[in-house]
Amino acid sequence: MVNPLDQLSVMLLLSAMGLYAVAFVAFALDLARRSSEAQALADAAAAQTGTATAVAGMGGTATLVAAPPKAPATARPSRRTAARVAITMLTIGWALHLGADVLRGVAAGRVPWGNMYEFSMTATLLIVGIYLLALTRVDLKFLGAVISGLVLVLLGIATVGFRVAVSPLPPALQSYWLVIHVFVAILGTSFLTLAAALSAVQLVQARRERALAGGRSADRVRLLATFPTATRLENLAYRVSIVGFILWTFTLIAGAIWADHAWGRYWGWDTKEVWTFIIWVIYAGYLHARATRGWRGNGSGWLNLIGYAAVLFNFGIVNVFFHGLHAYSGLTS
Amino acid sequence: MSRPSDAISADFEPSSAGPENPRLGPVEWLRWAWRQLTSMRTALLLLLALAIAAVPGSLIPQESADPNGVIAWKQSNPGLLGVANFLQLFDVYTSVWFSAIYLLLFISLVGCVVPRVVHHLEALRAAPPRTPSRLGRLPAYRMVELSGDADRALEQGEAMLRRRRYRVQRYGSSISAERGYLRETGNLLFHTGLVGILVSVFVGGGFTFTGQRVVAEGQTFVNEQQAYDSISTGRFFGDASLQPYSLTLNRLTVKYETQNLNALGEPLDYTADVTTKVPGQAAKHQVLKVNEPLTIGATQVYLLGNGYAASFTIRDAKGKVVYGGTVPFRPQDADNTSLGVVKAFSADPKPIGMIGFLYPTAQKLKTGALTSVFPDLDNPVLTFNVYTGSLGTGPQNVYTLDTTGMTQVAGPPTSVKGIQLSPSKPTATLPDGLGTVHLDGISRFAALDIHHDPSQGWVAGFVIITVAGLITSLLVPRRRLWLRVTEEDGTMRLEYAGLARGDDPALDRAVAEFADEHLHLLEADPGPRERVPAGV
Repeated sequence: MVNPLDQLSVMLLLSAMGLYAVAFVAFALDLARRSSEAQALADAAAAQTGTATAVAGMGGTATLVAAPPKAPATARPSRRTAARVAITMLTIGWALHLGADVLRGVAAGRVPWGNMYEFSMTATLLIVGIYLLALTRVDLKFLGAVISGLVLVLLGIATVGFRVAVSPLPPALQSYWLVIHVFVAILGTSFLTLAAALSAVQLVQARRERALAGGRSADRVRLLATFPTATRLENLAYRVSIVGFILWTFTLIAGAIWADHAWGRYWGWDTKEVWTFIIWVIYAGYLHARATRGWRGNGSGWLNLIGYAAVLFNFGIVNVFFHGLHAYSGLTS
Repeated sequence: MSRPSDAISADFEPSSAGPENPRLGPVEWLRWAWRQLTSMRTALLLLLALAIAAVPGSLIPQESADPNGVIAWKQSNPGLLGVANFLQLFDVYTSVWFSAIYLLLFISLVGCVVPRVVHHLEALRAAPPRTPSRLGRLPAYRMVELSGDADRALEQGEAMLRRRRYRVQRYGSSISAERGYLRETGNLLFHTGLVGILVSVFVGGGFTFTGQRVVAEGQTFVNEQQAYDSISTGRFFGDASLQPYSLTLNRLTVKYETQNLNALGEPLDYTADVTTKVPGQAAKHQVLKVNEPLTIGATQVYLLGNGYAASFTIRDAKGKVVYGGTVPFRPQDADNTSLGVVKAFSADPKPIGMIGFLYPTAQKLKTGALTSVFPDLDNPVLTFNVYTGSLGTGPQNVYTLDTTGMTQVAGPPTSVKGIQLSPSKPTATLPDGLGTVHLDGISRFAALDIHHDPSQGWVAGFVIITVAGLITSLLVPRRRLWLRVTEEDGTMRLEYAGLARGDDPALDRAVAEFADEHLHLLEADPGPRERVPAGV
C-alpha cells in the first residue's frame, strides 16, 4: 500500500538531496578557489612585510582596538559567486527537505521521528537549518562542503538503509515524551554534528599551524590559510557543543522520565541508556579537557570527535544491532 | 576540578613540582595523593575511564536488564564463563571495578568542589580585585583621549556598571568591576547536584521494591508479598511496607492494525480496565495503559506485557473434576503463537500435565502443522501434548512442565495424536482413558509490574538543581571590566579593558559597548568643569 503523501515526501527529499549535491560541488569549488587565493595572499604578504611593521608603529592614534586586525576583504568575485550559489542551493534544498519532513509527518499522522528513517530525515533537516542560521551570524562558509557532504551521506544511508513505509506507533511509543525526548535528542545531535565538523577543521588547522611554527612548509593545504585560526575554531566548536551538551543532558533526563512512565524505572542500563550515558560522560570530559593544561587544543578537539563518533555509533549501530528496549528502528530483523 | 571547570587563567593552576624534590613523609605522600586525586587531570581521566568501563555492559547481556540474554550468552560461550563471572561482566554496573571508578570520580569531585565552595563564598563577599597596572595587555582594550573631568567620568562609569549589575569597586583613579558570579555558583550547584543524585539513588535503593504479577481478566490481585510471581526488595524493605490494596482486571482491550498492509497485525493499543480498592476507601474504576501507569498508595502499577489466558476443566478417569482454572499462555512470536502449561495434581490414578500451543488465528501449513497468522483471536485453536506421572513436589513454575518423572501419552513423537481444542470443539478425550479436558474460554492476561521507590522525588529534585547549575555555569559569562582615567595637561585618558573568566564570546562587544555608552554619557553630560565657558 502506498501512501500518496509519503510518496510526495520521498520525491521532495530526493530533490532536496539533488540540490544539496549541487551545493556540495559549489562549496568544493569555493574551497578550491581559496587555495589559489591563499597563494596570492601569501605572495602579497611577502611583498608587504616592510609596510606591515610601519602600520604597527602607528599605535599612537586616539583609538586602539586590541582585537586582531581583520583579514583584508580580497575574496575574488568567482569565489564569492561559488559560495553564493552554494548557499542558495542549500537554502532551497532545505525548504524542500522541510516539505518532505512535514509531509512524512502528515502522512503518518504524528511527529516525523517515530523510526530511524524519520529520525535521520529530521536530524539532517536540523543540521542544515542550524548551519544556515549560524551562517547569518558567523562566517562558516568554509564548513559548507563538510556539512553538505555529511548530510548527503546521512540521507543516502537513511533512504537506502533505514527507509520504512508509514506505520503506526507501537503502544510503547505513544506518549508525548516521544515529541519531547526524541526531538531534543535530534536537536542535540544536530548541534554536536556542527561542533564535530568545527573540531575536525580545527585539528587540521592546528597541524598546519604547528608545521608553520616549526618552519616547515604548509603548502599542501594552502586553502587553510583562508580559514580561521585553530584557537578560533576551537572556541567556536566549544560554544556549539555546550548547546549540544545541554540538549543532550535534557535528552538523558527526558528519557529517564519517559522510561519511568513506560517501563517503571527511570534508569535500567538498557543498551541505549548505556550509550547515551557514555556520550554524556565523553562530552563532560571534553568540557573538562578545555580547562586542563595539556588537553586544551588538540586533546579537547579529539575528545569532541570521539564523542561524536559515539553519537553516530549510538544511532547507527546500537539501534540496529544491539539488543535492548529501544527497538524502534522500524526495521525487521 | 580544583577550579572553575572552564577557567583558564593561570592563577588557578596548581604549581608544578619545583626543581628540588624534598623527602616526603607519610603525611606529605597522603597530601600529594589527595592533590593528584582532586586534580582536574585525574577527574578527566576518571571520566574517560568511566565512559570506557560502561561499554562492556552494552555488549554483554546484563542480569538486571536482560536476564534471558545472560542465560543464552552463557550457553553459547561456555569457555568464557569463568572469566566473565570473575570480571562480573553480567553485572557491570554494580561490579567492583565500575563502582571503584565512579566512587573515585565522586571523591575527586567532592575534594575539588568543597574548597571551591569556600573560595567562592569568600569571593561573593569580596570586592572585585585591584586594577592591573597595564590594562593594555588585557585581551580586550580600548583607549580614548579627550578633555573633561576625571572624577565625573569615573562616577558615571561606576553608576553605569552598577546599572548593568556589575559589582563595582573604586581604586583611586580607576574602577574595577566584575559580573557573572552565577557562573561559578551554577558550576558548584551542578557538581553538588550530581553528588545528591548518587546519594539519593544509593540510599533510596534500599527502600524500593519491584514485583511482577500476571493477572487474567476477572482475576484480582492483592498487594501482599505472597501474591507476587516474583519480587525484589531493597535492603531496608519490610513486609509491612506493602499497602494492602486490591486490583481487579476487568478487561484488557487490545487493538491491532487491520488497515495498513505495511503494518498488518502490529499492536496499536493496550488498555486495561481495572477496579482498585484501597482499604477504607470506595472501589475505583481506572484505566491502565502502557505509558500511563496507575498510582495506588505509594506504588506505581505498570502494564508491561500481555497475552492470552485459557480456562480449562479437567475430569479424571472417574469423571471427577480434578482441575478448574485459568492459565496464562506466553506469546512466542508477533502473531501471538503462545505457549502454556496445565497441571492437574489430583487426577486419579496419576497427575496429568499438558503442554501446548495456543494459535489465536490458526492456519494449517503444508506440512500439516498449525501456525498463527494474526495476533487477534480470529480462529483460536489449542493443541497439547499430554503427560502422566509425577509433577514433582517442589515449588511450581506455571510456565514450565518438568517432564522428568512423567510419561508422554499423546502428541509427537508418540504415535497418539495430540489433543486439539477450540471454542467450537471445546471438549477432548484424553488418551488411555485418563479422562476429559474442556476449554471453558479464552481471555487475556496483563503482566503487571508494581514498583515502590521513595527516592524518586529526591532524585528529581537533585536533577533539577543539576540542570539549572549546568545551564548557568555554561551560559552565564563571567567577566571583569576596568576603567582607568588619568589626567595629564588638561586631557583625560580613558582606558577601558576586559578579561573573561572562562569562555566569553561577548567580551570584545562588552568592552566596546561599555566604552561607547560611557563616552556618549560624557558627551551628553560632561560635568561642571565643561559647563564653565573657557576664557570668560
